[in-house]
Amino acid sequence: MLDFPRWKTISISLILALGVLLAIPSLLPAGAAQYYPSFLPQAQVNLGLDLQGGSHILLEGDPVDVAAQRLQNMEETVRGAMRAATPRIGIGDISREGGRLSFLVRDVSQVDAAREAILPLTTGAGLTGQRDWDIEVRDTSRIVLTPTEAGLTEALDQAMETATEVVRKRIDELGTREPTIIRQGDNRIVVQVPGLDDPEALKELLGQTAELEFKLVDLNASPEDIAAGRAPVGSEIVPYPTNPAGGTAIAVRRLGGIRGDKLTNAQQSFDQQTNEPVVSITFDREGGARFARLTQENVNKPFAMILDGEVLSAPNINEPILGGTAQISGSFTTETANQLAIALRSGALPIELKVVEERSVGPDLGAESIQLGLLAGAVGTIAVLAFMILTYGRFGVYANIALVLNILLILGVMALMNATLTLPGIAGFVLTIGAAVDANVLINERIREERKNGRRIIQAIEVGYTEASRAIFDANITNVIAAVLLFLFGSGPVRGFAVVLMIGIVTSVWTAVYVTRMFVAIWLKRERPRELVI
Amino acid sequence: MKLLKLVPDNTNFRFLRWRKLAMTISLLTIIASIVLVGVRGLNLGVDFVGGQMIQVTFDEVEEAPVAQLRSDIQALNLGESTIQRFGQPNQVSVRMRLDGDNAEEVNAVTSRVTQMITTQYAEQGARIDGVDSVSGKVSGELLSTGVYSLVFAMIAIAIYIWFRFEWQFGVAALFALFHDVTLTFGFFALTQLEFNLNIVAALLTIIGYSLNDTIVVFDRVRENLRKYRKMDMIALLDLSTNETLARTIMTTLTMLIALMALLLIGPGVIFGFTAAMTLGLFVGSYSSVYMANPILVWLGVGAHSFVPHMSDADRAEAKLKEGIGGAKP
Repeated sequence: MLDFPRWKTISISLILALGVLLAIPSLLPAGAAQYYPSFLPQAQVNLGLDLQGGSHILLEGDPVDVAAQRLQNMEETVRGAMRAATPRIGIGDISREGGRLSFLVRDVSQVDAAREAILPLTTGAGLTGQRDWDIEVRDTSRIVLTPTEAGLTEALDQAMETATEVVRKRIDELGTREPTIIRQGDNRIVVQVPGLDDPEALKELLGQTAELEFKLVDLNASPEDIAAGRAPVGSEIVPYPTNPAGGTAIAVRRLGGIRGDKLTNAQQSFDQQTNEPVVSITFDREGGARFARLTQENVNKPFAMILDGEVLSAPNINEPILGGTAQISGSFTTETANQLAIALRSGALPIELKVVEERSVGPDLGAESIQLGLLAGAVGTIAVLAFMILTYGRFGVYANIALVLNILLILGVMALMNATLTLPGIAGFVLTIGAAVDANVLINERIREERKNGRRIIQAIEVGYTEASRAIFDANITNVIAAVLLFLFGSGPVRGFAVVLMIGIVTSVWTAVYVTRMFVAIWLKRERPRELVI
Repeated sequence: MKLLKLVPDNTNFRFLRWRKLAMTISLLTIIASIVLVGVRGLNLGVDFVGGQMIQVTFDEVEEAPVAQLRSDIQALNLGESTIQRFGQPNQVSVRMRLDGDNAEEVNAVTSRVTQMITTQYAEQGARIDGVDSVSGKVSGELLSTGVYSLVFAMIAIAIYIWFRFEWQFGVAALFALFHDVTLTFGFFALTQLEFNLNIVAALLTIIGYSLNDTIVVFDRVRENLRKYRKMDMIALLDLSTNETLARTIMTTLTMLIALMALLLIGPGVIFGFTAAMTLGLFVGSYSSVYMANPILVWLGVGAHSFVPHMSDADRAEAKLKEGIGGAKP
């Protein structure tokens, strides 16, 4: 006990100094940070959304959606390929039933040629070398394309990857600080935006697929047919909630329209005649050319602007629009127009995203939680410190110094790991303090016991530390087990609690056992006490 | 300076004299807890049943207009709502359960209720402080991962104790934990405090700290088993409990001080959490003495438990060591 080697003292002090240095930035009041010397570590402990206010939103994409989209794209590609084949391959009875694409080749002798033409349209997927579609010929002239598991997985993965990018762009447009956007699992995205005022607007923005289409209105459809949901051949019925002509839907031609995804810009503006909020879009060269052709060929016919499967408005094409810009109107308010502009600028989501979980905390509640949490923590800590001194005297003081150092160390390690402090995390802090105290109680009670059994001072302390350490070690390992499982299975704030607990258990055992031991050793060496008050 | 001593020297309570009575009481409370959970059910938060919870503070009034709010929400015709006060008298939480896989429905309900509150209660200074909305699918996942984490934690800990001690100790610790967890569930069924994700965290912490106690006692039991080979097992367990009594009381008290501060001053959001922890503190200490120890007796732990599977040579060596050990003061 007396020969506590110098190198040990030095390394313990160094670690403690480092921990304190790392903790300082997190303890500085907001304004003081700029005066803090820049050569020292700057990292701060992050505050969780429950403490600083903000929104946590979990988005989920529907795999079925991706599969359907993929099937539709395949149909269009196959149609194109059959048309482009020389000689042209006639096909018919195209069906997308049961998630498969199947069609008849009109001329049986062309089945092999059709197969050959389709084969390059499929690619390898995944690591197994499986292709993304299976091609079979049934009943001599029917070709069936079935999506493979690997193909679907890859498609979902790509869709989610793109969706994450789109979500990031949209949130960046909002100009919030430090949003976190992470893909989670197969089809989920976690979005965390600190200090947000209006979570509703964010949810709306993220929920909007923003798929814009321009399609020609089918004027041959009778209002009765539309009301009954019967579309003429080659047309489809699309809902139109704000139809000025009455009714809630109109018929549009399925083909011959264009998609509004080839945009270089989208801005909220006002219509020059009606002064209504509108969204002005600018096409890129390819999109502009297509749009020009569409309007040129259909002057004086109405065309529908469709957003996410719903008609916004269906104005007449008065003259060809050649400049590559267009105006989208449709009963907007300034806010909704602005939102659509953002959504269009950041691109369409390749998959519809639903909000499956939302947790928002207003900044006021967060501030209140921090204040009360810190107050409770401070009161609890001071009471515990006083209690320790009353009970163990000098050894209580040592334990208390170790305890304060422990708190600083936890903060320092958290800052170093860029960890997040949540409200349950503050509770975790208090509990860690409890654990640190327990370790010292175990040691001190053991020393008392050994003294009572007649051991000499130094020996009693020596035995006290070694015997108590065993139980401390075992008890804290089990706590680490609990904390790790908490981290693995917990979510959000609970994880924050687990992080504090894991860090805290390690640092508290270290400070409670080694740091106090160092103090005691130094004291014993200096004073050589004849009496031990404990 | 005269130092505080909570437990006088040489205490000698015969704790285990009451082991049968205590065990009966323990079993009865376990059964009562299970029945309570079965009959009254847990007041599951939106984390586990799906739905939404909105926290509102009414800045301009002393007390939240709970009755009016209830009828106004009823008028929206969106389903059952539970309105509870939390923290200050002008703070309430509005909870609505929406079962099933229904992400869009939950969102729509959340928007409508928040909108209604902010417009109709503008005069009372209504401020939306927090929104939790969880779809049925996610809540189902949260529930299953919560259950897994509890079960895995208990099993992992029991296995660790089995390695460090003997299998009987692992079993005894597992039973003690089962007792603690069941009683906490019973407490939540009785008080109808909201059972949410934070409470799972509290339960895992209770497990951790109950084990702290159990292990401290076990450690002393192991030590004494090696020291006093001939002592009667029950006397030995009593001795070990008495020897660690000062530490148990001291630690429980300091933890209690810290928890009381959180409970009385801390934010209302974590009230349930700290309440569970406080209960766990007492239940955990009790179960270490009256659940874990009697089970050790019944599973036949004795001096032989720590000298297993030895060859003759080992045994001879052990005997030699024992002789040396016994000579120590």
